[in-house]
Amino acid sequence: MKNVIEIRGLSKDYEKGFWKKKKIRALDGLDLDVAPGQIYGFLGGNGAGKTTTIKILMGLIFPSGGTAKILGKDISDVEVHSRIGYCPENPYFYDYLKATELMDYFGQLFGLEASKRKKVSEDLLARVGLEEKDWTKQLRKFSKGMLQRVGIAQSLVNDPELVVLDEPMSGLDPVGRREIRELIAGLRQAGKTVFMSSHILSDIEALCDNVAILRSGTLVATGRLEELLASEDGDRAFEISANGVKAAELISIPEAISGAVVTEKPSGASIQVFGDENIGTVLTEIKKAGGNVVSVQPVRQSLEELFVKETTDS
Amino acid sequence: MFRNILAIARNTFREAVRDRVLYNLVVFVLLITGCAVFLGDLTAGNEDRTVTNIGLSAMLLFGVFISIFVGVSLVSKEIEKKTLYTIFSKPVGRGQFIVGKYLGLCLTLLVNVAVMGTGVSLALFYVGSGSLAASIWGTVTLIFLELTIVTAVAILFSSFSTPALSALLTFLVWIIGHFSASLKDLADGLGSAAAQWIFGFIYYVFPNLSHFEFVTLAARGESPSAGYLGGVFLYTLIFNTILLAITIVIFRRRNLK
Repeated sequence: MKNVIEIRGLSKDYEKGFWKKKKIRALDGLDLDVAPGQIYGFLGGNGAGKTTTIKILMGLIFPSGGTAKILGKDISDVEVHSRIGYCPENPYFYDYLKATELMDYFGQLFGLEASKRKKVSEDLLARVGLEEKDWTKQLRKFSKGMLQRVGIAQSLVNDPELVVLDEPMSGLDPVGRREIRELIAGLRQAGKTVFMSSHILSDIEALCDNVAILRSGTLVATGRLEELLASEDGDRAFEISANGVKAAELISIPEAISGAVVTEKPSGASIQVFGDENIGTVLTEIKKAGGNVVSVQPVRQSLEELFVKETTDS
Repeated sequence: MFRNILAIARNTFREAVRDRVLYNLVVFVLLITGCAVFLGDLTAGNEDRTVTNIGLSAMLLFGVFISIFVGVSLVSKEIEKKTLYTIFSKPVGRGQFIVGKYLGLCLTLLVNVAVMGTGVSLALFYVGSGSLAASIWGTVTLIFLELTIVTAVAILFSSFSTPALSALLTFLVWIIGHFSASLKDLADGLGSAAAQWIFGFIYYVFPNLSHFEFVTLAARGESPSAGYLGGVFLYTLIFNTILLAITIVIFRRRNLK
């Protein structure tokens, strides 16, 4: 099946200074493929190039080099926008409009009939958890979280094949985050593709099938989330739990194995070692000290650890 | 294409309708017209001329004020507030957006001018000049057409410049536009080749707004003929089309950061 998003060598330079001679590279030769029917997480620190990439895809800014296709069409083809939905980071809308008027206006831009616009608007505003009494309030009276909900609702007006969400959880309280998370998961169930950037890694971890991590405009990691999390270091770290023994009785383990860490637990001790060749030694030492092995588990690094590792020098 | 232009124009008009500043400006012009009625008492026998002169001049000045300040913010406000992000993620071309915004503002100006014209007409009825109350509408039409040019100039400048600079440049174009014909005549009279070239350039590149000057004649009871109005309408249409085309070419290349 064809990729929904295909990016090849995408670059963007921003010009600075009065004569615009100084150039700052925001995006550097990005290659990315997003297959259909998945939720794709787009990660990176501030200024990594996430929003720049999304703005190029939406035709808001123009690339300095490279190409990008959405649903098989070049991004310069405005008509492809009839098949995509987009919610920008901290969405801003015409604050003199009511939520229903905004939805109706955007429905008009997609060529929807009046009766369908009304139905779709009401369905979507309810779906994003906006209370009915707020539908006819001017958007200037909306909180940040309410605007975020409207932003997500408007991105679905045209029943898009691809939904691009830039920080969709921004401004939402925990309940709102859970609701939007369920909504995004529902989009995948409905066969849509979701391309989302987020700083909230737990949401990415809970939702995304694949992720790409950007650093200073360059792609530093990409692939299936579980494969990335089971990286080299993660594979070699093991946690062995034991009961009937105290941490002090296992002092011989860190002496024998470099990098091993023994931690006191209420029911016994926990030992973390690197390398499966050391597991046998640990098990022997626990037996010697009179303890019982409860479990031996590979330690999987968290997305946060992966993110920090890929996006910082440390 | 037209569907999007109409939707954007309607939304621009709705924005203007909900903006209290515009109401205040229209009310202010009506107040000035009302004051002119009382001022007319001081000019024995010339009340109707005073009301027409002051009323139509106030309409033009405040109309230009609205055209410049709303015109320069039409696009820049959308970029600044990032409302464009959600618009251009829809199947909306940049040209459609510019034309839609422009038509929406022209519709707003049309309503404003009609309301202000009605105010001046009522004031003329009040001072007992029913014939002038009817004959000013040709001049009101010229004022509206002039405002559509000022708006197109304002949008053109705002497509590549800051709102403050765009407002200043548009105001300068408006001033020059009113004097370009006189300056060309002056240069022709002087016989200097350089002056003729410079003022000829200004005459042909800048809008010739002397075509729209009819307030003084209107105060004397004259009205532009249908042929004259048709000619000015055609001139306005051609000039605005060129201005909008240039605006669209510039705006299509602009990064919306």
